[in-house]
Amino acid sequence: MRALKQPGLWLYVGGLLFWGLVILFLQDPTLRETSFTLLMYVGLASSLNILLGYTGYVSFGHIVFFGLGGYVGFYLLSHLGWSLYPAALFGGIFCSVLASLLGLAVLRLRGAYFALATIGVNEAARAFVSNFSPFGGATGMSLDYSGYSLYGGSMKALWLAFILVWLIAIAVVIMSYLVKQSRFGLGLMAIREDEDAAMVMGVKAPQAKTWAYALSAFFPGLIGTIYFFKNGNVEPGDAFRLHLSIEMLVMIMLGGQGTVLGPILGSLGYERLRGYLLVSPLFKNLHLAISGVALLLIILFVPAGAVGWLRRRFPRLRGVLE
Amino acid sequence: MQQLINSLTDGFLLGFVYGLAAMGLSLIWGVMSVINLAHGPVITVGMLTTYLLFVHLGLNPYLGMVVVAGVGLALGLLIYAIAVHRVISAPHLSSLLATFAVNMIMLGVFNAVFGGDQNNINYSLGSLSIGFLNLTYSRLLAALGAMLFTAFLYLFLFFTRTGKAIRAVANNREAAELMGIPSYRMLALSFGLGSLLAAVAGSLISTIFPFTIFSGGPYELKSFVICVLGGLGNPLGALIGGLALGLMEGVIPIWMPTSWVPVVEFGLFVFVLVVKPSGLLGAK
Amino acid sequence: MILEVRDVTKRFGGLQALSDVTFDLGAGEILGLIGPNGAGKTTLFNVINGVFRPEKGQVIFRDEDVTGLPAYEVARRGLARAYQVVRPLNDLTVRENVMVGACYGREQYSLAKAARVADDVLAQVGLADKAGLLAGSLNVAQKKRLELARALGSQPYLLLLDEVLAGLNPSEIALMMETIRRIRDSGITILMIEHVMQAMMNISDRILVLDYGELIAQGPPQEVVNNPQVIEAYLGDPKLTQRLLGE
Repeated sequence: MRALKQPGLWLYVGGLLFWGLVILFLQDPTLRETSFTLLMYVGLASSLNILLGYTGYVSFGHIVFFGLGGYVGFYLLSHLGWSLYPAALFGGIFCSVLASLLGLAVLRLRGAYFALATIGVNEAARAFVSNFSPFGGATGMSLDYSGYSLYGGSMKALWLAFILVWLIAIAVVIMSYLVKQSRFGLGLMAIREDEDAAMVMGVKAPQAKTWAYALSAFFPGLIGTIYFFKNGNVEPGDAFRLHLSIEMLVMIMLGGQGTVLGPILGSLGYERLRGYLLVSPLFKNLHLAISGVALLLIILFVPAGAVGWLRRRFPRLRGVLE
Repeated sequence: MQQLINSLTDGFLLGFVYGLAAMGLSLIWGVMSVINLAHGPVITVGMLTTYLLFVHLGLNPYLGMVVVAGVGLALGLLIYAIAVHRVISAPHLSSLLATFAVNMIMLGVFNAVFGGDQNNINYSLGSLSIGFLNLTYSRLLAALGAMLFTAFLYLFLFFTRTGKAIRAVANNREAAELMGIPSYRMLALSFGLGSLLAAVAGSLISTIFPFTIFSGGPYELKSFVICVLGGLGNPLGALIGGLALGLMEGVIPIWMPTSWVPVVEFGLFVFVLVVKPSGLLGAK
Repeated sequence: MILEVRDVTKRFGGLQALSDVTFDLGAGEILGLIGPNGAGKTTLFNVINGVFRPEKGQVIFRDEDVTGLPAYEVARRGLARAYQVVRPLNDLTVRENVMVGACYGREQYSLAKAARVADDVLAQVGLADKAGLLAGSLNVAQKKRLELARALGSQPYLLLLDEVLAGLNPSEIALMMETIRRIRDSGITILMIEHVMQAMMNISDRILVLDYGELIAQGPPQEVVNNPQVIEAYLGDPKLTQRLLGE
């Protein structure tokens, strides 16, 4: 397969593999927690990139899949006693199916209208879940500690969650790469550049977009279940944070949309920046403001993001900076 | 029944203020096709300014609105100059993200300076009773204030030279430029006007409800819903949409728990977007 | 007949863009479509390739009724189009642009095969040396060639060309005409909208004339050009034209 010959793929996957193995080796809980968050964002941002970077559809409310998938998976876990793996898988598939159905309606919108619709969907989902008693309404649901005994206790469960998110992040990166180098990906990018022209060339835009949407919704659903499993509880305010959704967007923009490396770099960079600011006494209260300034500078001056800028500056590195 | 009418009237009056806020958003969208994601914090600025003037200078909140209007206008011009101008002709995503960045910056600054506590403007004026109707003066005055500013906007856009220039730019920027209209100045002014309306709306809201620095957010979302209902770019539609939303918020809690209101609002929002994106009343 | 257009009628609100347009196109022909601006030429193209649905009438492509099918379905059946206002996929390379046509056109090629087809086509239109560049970096004439290459990449039976010569200087026009001849010789039927009259006369087997949405003449170039109705509608003052033609 053409994709396997690209050095970039091996580089990123290798890097992620190495990172995870180091954490596992060191058995340090703090590092594990930080890495969990980072890898989670890598997974989320890369998933959104399929819809945003490849297909050109800007979803501001993508977090809805993280939330709904998380809720569904958590419900299966806590109320129906499912094991984590099928619960997470179901959460992911549920989101894909939901995205396909939702897509029938919202993917007909373009540009800013689509973005607004996704915000509306997220808010509607949050409001709905707050009222939905099987999901615990406004208070949400929680998992009592006995739930973790299936996995060898809460300590082991935390490590399990880390390993799963790590593997998922790697899977998302591989998937991003495969899509980008595939016929399907070419069609998506044609849609991004000019949807009408793409259709005249034979690209079945409605179907392709729906597939992209469904694909981009799957992993957040998986990740959501695992995140809330680790947290031990889920509530509407946590699950549907619009700001987090837009931060996913920022990570992609920062790193470089439409590339595989972009979301990885963007999420790592953004999260590290945020982490640093939150800890520093000087910037603690201003972290949101500084993130905003960073985003504004990127939008105004380097819209192609870090990877985009690097690719233009060093064309010879294009093979690696995919 | 009495409760229903009271609820409806309360909602209707509040709807004027919703409409005012939405008009600010709608104006900016209509003139320059930019969806201002900094709308929420600008509303908050209105709230904060009124509060600060009241608490520290003892200034009557209603008189303070003149100051708020000025602050809103200045803020809008500033935001336009810094964030929007460069990306005005870029794809929509850029302006969405640029205004969102401004949103983050403003929220961050508010958080650092004011913290997340609730603020309340204790300027109660009592209430008015007409038969079984019980209306607080604050809501009445807020609705009145909104109507006043709406009239001002209408007069400005349709009867002044600058206003007409703005409408020309909204219609066809290139053609307007060819006719000698300094389009960028008009765009900046429109953004300023839109922010002015948002800030004043915030100010009016603060006379009715207590607020935190995050209170602008829900009103921003309501503005989106209203604009979509009434047609993005159609200020009259925004007003009608605002009234409709206010009425809806008054009516729904009679039949279902208040917590369902957002579900209905956003469900309607997505529905209208998908079925008739130009809004129930059509755009422009 | 590779294309049969029957009684096609298209309205936009109060505007009658096309009225009962009927004509046939034989395989291997080059059919020119001319008419004043606003006559409905591009609208006719849009109806043929599925961008618009006609109120009345049929489009039959290779014995199949394709009226009202979405543009991507029509493209798959081997009908390709080059736009008047070029629409390159800017952030993709020139080669990738053509590959989209190859992957999603008649043959539905795999990526690898599409890349080879793309390189062939680019050589045909003279853009082989630009294959790796981003499409957005080309100049107008090159973008026009790319537009053509993309359409060819989908291995069409019928090619719709919308003013491919617009904005080109005389030597570029001559080159493009050569390319078009070669395309026809390779077995592709061509329907082209053009305003550059001399080029049209030279290359077309037949010419259709559209005016206010109606087909007012069709036939060999010499016949059409001398048709008084055509002269009045399109070429202007009949007496002046006679004088100029006489020179």
